[in-house]
Amino acid sequence: MEQLKTIGRELAMGSQGGFGQSKEFLDLVKSIGEARSKAEEDRIVLREIETLKRRLLEPDIPKRKMKEYIIRLLYVEMLGHDASFGYIHAVKMTHDDALPLKRTGYLAVTLFLSDDHDLIILIVNTIQKDLRSDNYLVVCAALNAVCKLINDETIPAVLPQVVELLGHSKEAVRKKAVMALHRFYQKSPGAVSHLVSNFRKRLCDNDPGVMGASLCPLFDLVTIDAKSYKDLVSSFVSILKQVAERRLPKSYDYHQMPAPFIQVKLLKILALLGSGDKQASESMYTVLGDIIRKSDSSTNIGNAVLYECICCVASIHPNPKLLESAADVIAKFLKSDSHNLKYMGIDALGRLIKLSPQIAEQHQLAVIDCLEDPDDTLKRKTFELLYKMTKSSNVEVIVDRMVDYMISISDDHYKTYIASRCVELAEQFAPSNHWFIQTMNKVFEHAGDLVNIKVAHNLMRLIAEGFGEDDDATDSQLRSSAVESYLRIIGEPKLPSMFLQAYAISALMKIYAFEVAAGRKVDMLPECQSFIEELLASHSTDLQQRAYELQAVVGLDAQAVQAILPRDTRCEEIEVDKDLSFLNGYVDQAIEKGAQPYIAEDERNGMGNVSNLRSQDQHESIQHGLRFEAYELPKPPMQSKVDPVSSTDVVPVPEALSYRETHPISSVGSTSEAGSSELKLRLDGVQKKWGRPTYSTPTSSTTNSPSEKPANGASHVDSATASYSKSRDSQNTKKTEIDPEKQKLAASLFGGSSQPERRSSTGHKASRSSGGAADGSRGSKAVEKTIQQPPPPDLLDFSDEPTVTSALPSVDPFKQLEGLLDSSMSSTTNHNAGTATIAPDIMSLYGDSTASQDSLDIFHGLSTEPTGATSGETTVTTLPQSVKGPNAKDALEKDALVRQMGVNPTSQNPNLFRDLLG
Amino acid sequence: MIRAVLVMNTQGRPRITKFYEFWPVEKQHEAIRNVFSVLCSRAEHVSNFVDAESIFGPDSRLVYKHFATLYFVFIFDSSENELAMLDLIQVFVETLDKCFRNVCELDIVFNYSKIHAILDEIIFGGQVLETSSTEVMKAVEEITKLEAASNAINLVSKSVSNWRSR
Repeated sequence: MEQLKTIGRELAMGSQGGFGQSKEFLDLVKSIGEARSKAEEDRIVLREIETLKRRLLEPDIPKRKMKEYIIRLLYVEMLGHDASFGYIHAVKMTHDDALPLKRTGYLAVTLFLSDDHDLIILIVNTIQKDLRSDNYLVVCAALNAVCKLINDETIPAVLPQVVELLGHSKEAVRKKAVMALHRFYQKSPGAVSHLVSNFRKRLCDNDPGVMGASLCPLFDLVTIDAKSYKDLVSSFVSILKQVAERRLPKSYDYHQMPAPFIQVKLLKILALLGSGDKQASESMYTVLGDIIRKSDSSTNIGNAVLYECICCVASIHPNPKLLESAADVIAKFLKSDSHNLKYMGIDALGRLIKLSPQIAEQHQLAVIDCLEDPDDTLKRKTFELLYKMTKSSNVEVIVDRMVDYMISISDDHYKTYIASRCVELAEQFAPSNHWFIQTMNKVFEHAGDLVNIKVAHNLMRLIAEGFGEDDDATDSQLRSSAVESYLRIIGEPKLPSMFLQAYAISALMKIYAFEVAAGRKVDMLPECQSFIEELLASHSTDLQQRAYELQAVVGLDAQAVQAILPRDTRCEEIEVDKDLSFLNGYVDQAIEKGAQPYIAEDERNGMGNVSNLRSQDQHESIQHGLRFEAYELPKPPMQSKVDPVSSTDVVPVPEALSYRETHPISSVGSTSEAGSSELKLRLDGVQKKWGRPTYSTPTSSTTNSPSEKPANGASHVDSATASYSKSRDSQNTKKTEIDPEKQKLAASLFGGSSQPERRSSTGHKASRSSGGAADGSRGSKAVEKTIQQPPPPDLLDFSDEPTVTSALPSVDPFKQLEGLLDSSMSSTTNHNAGTATIAPDIMSLYGDSTASQDSLDIFHGLSTEPTGATSGETTVTTLPQSVKGPNAKDALEKDALVRQMGVNPTSQNPNLFRDLLG
Repeated sequence: MIRAVLVMNTQGRPRITKFYEFWPVEKQHEAIRNVFSVLCSRAEHVSNFVDAESIFGPDSRLVYKHFATLYFVFIFDSSENELAMLDLIQVFVETLDKCFRNVCELDIVFNYSKIHAILDEIIFGGQVLETSSTEVMKAVEEITKLEAASNAINLVSKSVSNWRSR
């Protein structure tokens, strides 16, 4: 029955006429259509290729048949198979005089050939001839081929003819000639630079179609150099005005819109010309206003023009009235049911947000809806918008969202992209170091191999070198909490990424080195043994090298090991002898013996690629590295001018201060045995914080209670200007009916003042820091234990033994290592121990307040408020500085040090070699 | 500019592919496969836009429309407007519909060169040439007429020359 239907269809088609395909071709298409698998389809196509090869070799093929063969070749290639054996026949066909054959020939060559194909040379002559043809269809076919097949070498051959065609009597030809010239300009701007004036001339063509065509090249030209086209502003504006007033012939209307494509192009050009030019912009205001008013927002194309208007309004010198009407259009877009319009609305919002930040607040709920929409495209667009409006007050929520989304997707390309966005935002706006480290951990955990490895190195360096704060205690505490979180990650079942393995092996190396240096017998755990064996066969030469080094180190005696991995060099500068001068003697010896002298890499032939790659790599490293210059001020708060409350944007500062103030207090907990429970509590806090913003911790729930929201909003309204107070009022009343979850999200994303949220987060921080401190002293206790037990701590035990992993987090490996030091070398000062002794004095003052979370929170409230009040611009800058690495200049030289920390798998350590070799 | 026009059926078989910049056959095919896997995973009643940078490189956008058994896909860069491109797909389909009266997949398969002729009248070298389907129809009809005429002349002249040579 099915077959009958298809046959019937075929018959009907045959009777339609106009395509005399043979039965063979019909059979081919049908059998491909019915193929059940890709393999079957491939078999059919391969058979077809064989047939065609045979047929094309036959002498005296009738032209009609030839045309069909060419179409069949196109079909074969469209299905992904190589049809190059037939290209020459297509080229031959372009030489034919008969129009249908010539057109088919041109169609085939434009689809088959690239502009640098060898066969092009056979076509150029034909094209030249055809461009001069009397038959305008032949000319059009040739122009079509010109666009695709002519490259910068062959442009001179056809250029005179094409320029001549700009004056052709038929408008269709003029139009195509303009476009062909545009294509030349795209391919080789130099070759046609003297003809650019032609585009200006064509702007005044009698035919609106030709004028419209000339807008495309002019758009390109204006994009490159807007200045030299400022004189055309008035022309463009008057053209746009005429188009909008329906002065064009009716045939240019599309869905009742006058020439919408021309309008779109003109608006794009005006947006470029008016950007940063007040005078030019002012001449556009009227026409823009007219178009926005007139455009029909019920049709797709009408909305396209409206969207283009918004883009233009956002790009030119701002005009309050236009901005207002643009905002109205955006509101319409966002309220629409169509996902397409929502998408455009979000995009437009992203453009307008720089000029009038308050507009985002009006649409906060719509934005959140889009964020939760199942449509991926819309979601990504919304993240783009959020990225643009990130500031230090909402960075936590936004980055959390991004990370959540990153975890949920599998598209590696976008994952890489959004991971880099997260890193960028975290680096720029991080409210605290803790948060920064935790966020980075999340990013690495879920997109480890996709993140640029330099980011990890920088993070490690940051932790190793401290955060530039004055007291070492803070640094060390941060370190211990960072290490703690890494231990938790290691506890997870999988270690996917290469660089994690690199970290693991170098950590192993250090531990064994300490053990050996301390003169103890080393028994390697079977897990470590197998891990090392695995890495010995790794594909990564770096991992292999590390594994071999470790094997070598373990075999050495204590003294040699000490020389290789000295114990306390954490903050010592290591001078890397990049010229490897210590090898000179060896090299000279070898050369004396007749060895070839070394030729630098870039001097060797064929090695250009390698050096290219390397320089690219370096370039990347610069791009992705932590920024060492001063951080810019956080982006201006949303109502910076009108709203005094917005000074709470500065909130991160109190955090940093209070953190410093409170950590000694919280260390009290450490003396008690409550350490482990403290630890647990802290993890809870962390999880809640990183999870969806539910704010369900007991401490924060009180401060975050919904009752505070309206008050918060009200304070906004008071301080906001009258014009916006109304809209916001309505927003507030609306809010009450909406999901509180959403409200909270909205408030945290858009609200200028986020004090409640802030305070709760400081609460977390306090508890966390107390945990860290607790851990510190506990760690030193644990050290004593480990010293008595020769087997090293199972820092890198990857087995899933629950006892080991659960015990791990309570042990601070840094402290342990230092503890090991102390046991043999008591002269070394341990600054961590120093803190531990100083801290209790201060602690005792507040000792009681830390007993319960509530009182701690009160204390925080006290400590944050005064600082919040006094905070100013200067304090804002201090925080970001504390986030990034302090040693701007000598950061690079410290790579060697980083290697010592075991975090830089790519750099070399000549010292290590020397000791191993010598 | 418009980078490519793809028409494929709901099983992922390409029906019309036109790249306005040169792409090697294998890459074309890979791109088509990738586009299809993205499109078929998209739910109904979502936007017609897709993030295409992972398939077509930076600054590329993709707009598609689903008609019966076919996907119509346009790939273009930031110098075009997404909504306008969506309407251009509409123009293309409307023209096909006028040409073939209730166009279906088979019409497209069997009228390969005619479809290309129509497309060439709408998009020229990656730029929008004409947006009125009646104008496009006119141009295409003229081409068909002239082709038929030149065919007839050819046939006559050939038969004459054949007859003479006899």
